Amino acid sequence: MARYRKILVVASTILAAGLAACSEEKPTSTADSGDPLAQYRANPKYAEFMSGEKMSGYVFASPETQAMQDDDFENPGMLAVQDGEAEWNRVEGAAGKSCASCHGDAAQSMKGVAVTYPKFEPKRGKLASIEHRINICRTEHMQAPELKWESKPLLGLTAYVEYQSRGMPINVKIDGPAAPFFEKGKEFYETRRGQMDVSCAHCHVHNAGRNMGVENLSQGQSNGYPTYRLKWQSFGSLHRRFEGCNQEVRAATYPRGSDEYTNLELYVAWRGNGLKSEAPSVRR
Amino acid sequence: MAENVKPRIRVPNNAKRGEVIEIKTLVSHPMESGQRKNAQGQTIPRKIINRMSVTYNGKPVFEAKLEPAISANPYISFFIKATESGELAFAWTDDDGSVYKATQQITVS
Amino acid sequence: MSPITNLAREGLNRRQAVALGLGGIAAAMAPLNARATPESARKLLSDMVKTEPKAGKVQIKTQEIAENGNTVPVTITVDSPMTDKDYVKAIHVVADRNPLPGVASFSLNPASGKAEVQFRMRMAETQNIIAVAEMSDGSAWTATREVKVTIGGCGG
Repeated sequence: MARYRKILVVASTILAAGLAACSEEKPTSTADSGDPLAQYRANPKYAEFMSGEKMSGYVFASPETQAMQDDDFENPGMLAVQDGEAEWNRVEGAAGKSCASCHGDAAQSMKGVAVTYPKFEPKRGKLASIEHRINICRTEHMQAPELKWESKPLLGLTAYVEYQSRGMPINVKIDGPAAPFFEKGKEFYETRRGQMDVSCAHCHVHNAGRNMGVENLSQGQSNGYPTYRLKWQSFGSLHRRFEGCNQEVRAATYPRGSDEYTNLELYVAWRGNGLKSEAPSVRR
Repeated sequence: MAENVKPRIRVPNNAKRGEVIEIKTLVSHPMESGQRKNAQGQTIPRKIINRMSVTYNGKPVFEAKLEPAISANPYISFFIKATESGELAFAWTDDDGSVYKATQQITVS
Repeated sequence: MSPITNLAREGLNRRQAVALGLGGIAAAMAPLNARATPESARKLLSDMVKTEPKAGKVQIKTQEIAENGNTVPVTITVDSPMTDKDYVKAIHVVADRNPLPGVASFSLNPASGKAEVQFRMRMAETQNIIAVAEMSDGSAWTATREVKVTIGGCGG
């Protein structure tokens, strides 16, 4: 217990020091002048991982981690895609169907689909992530039970569907019926929370590119999700990452698949509109 | 038997006689270290892949003995000298006695 | 009622009671603090390789600062012609501050062609990776490489 308190004190001090100069609107750090992200912008190898001001998490990873993602064999996330392909073709439920029964070859039918998620789903009257949509298909069309969030089959299917859009630009809509949920996601992103009393924006907008301890803060983009995270030693969803981020600032977390995290997912995806989808990526 | 253990191997399909080629392996396995505790505070027992053995046309060519310090989803790469066409056979042994196997043909010209 | 108050009631003064209580806690926590040390890592290596290794021939390629201690990619290369007369028989790897020192042992032979292995390992804290290569002529060679392992920026 004492060890955790020590970590909290150290982390709080580092976080407080790092954000000391950060006002609500604009960063006014005296420690550096200029753009802390300039080092990445200047590097031509990162051109395909940027879109205007936006930068993929790939840019902030170490060369070894980038190499792991670059090679489809070495990328452990591809194991989840393999799982997903098996699930896609598995007949399940009272209707005697598999995903393939309706959707055929995923490479055709799912191309370009994942990059539009999350989106407003009339059957829910609110947003749906890919995971929610998969479960709607299962219950309504396959008469099969829902898959649990973060379960191996659902992660696999999500990875497989995402994989069909790899390399395509993120393209979520925030107008029309999605608009009020987008606003909720934006509000979540900008609200201070937790013992450390910071919002997502404090790290990922006002301090992206600056170091917190040894860690270089990213823009918190979601274009690589679901991802194989080195820390988790496993493949996981964006909502799992949100949960981790909230825990790290000692804030209450929300369930994976909750409205809060789904609305947040739309806002975060919109922040990355234009970035190429990299799922399944490798992140730290 | 651990569930969903999928071995993957990357072997070049063709090689020249005498060429030294890299073999890459990746197997999905949680490599439970025996150091972690569950929510009730009980130690989760160790359960890892403790060995990977490789034969080339029946002759042992590489072996790895692994400890819990190896990360989950063990990735191991090594080299062999391509001498003759034939079969590379891989076997991963789990603490629980299960053996996961995979083979790959190689053409050497 | 706390154990310390109990002990105090037994007639020990408060300071003595606290010391006893802390001693008890320390004893209970001892297994949690047990981990590899440079000595235990060296002992494990000398159990595996009888010959005293000399520095040289072995290169350990890895990150200076681990991106994340749970998955650290490591490449070990040993300088050897890998012929029938002169080859690397085995490469042993240990870590000197993990809960246990052993990492992996690899067996090679002339059919290997090149003495190089790559793997991904867990590192609990900043520590040394030590590799020993056993050669066909009975000699042994070693290298050591430190990897810094940090807690993530916000403690996560």
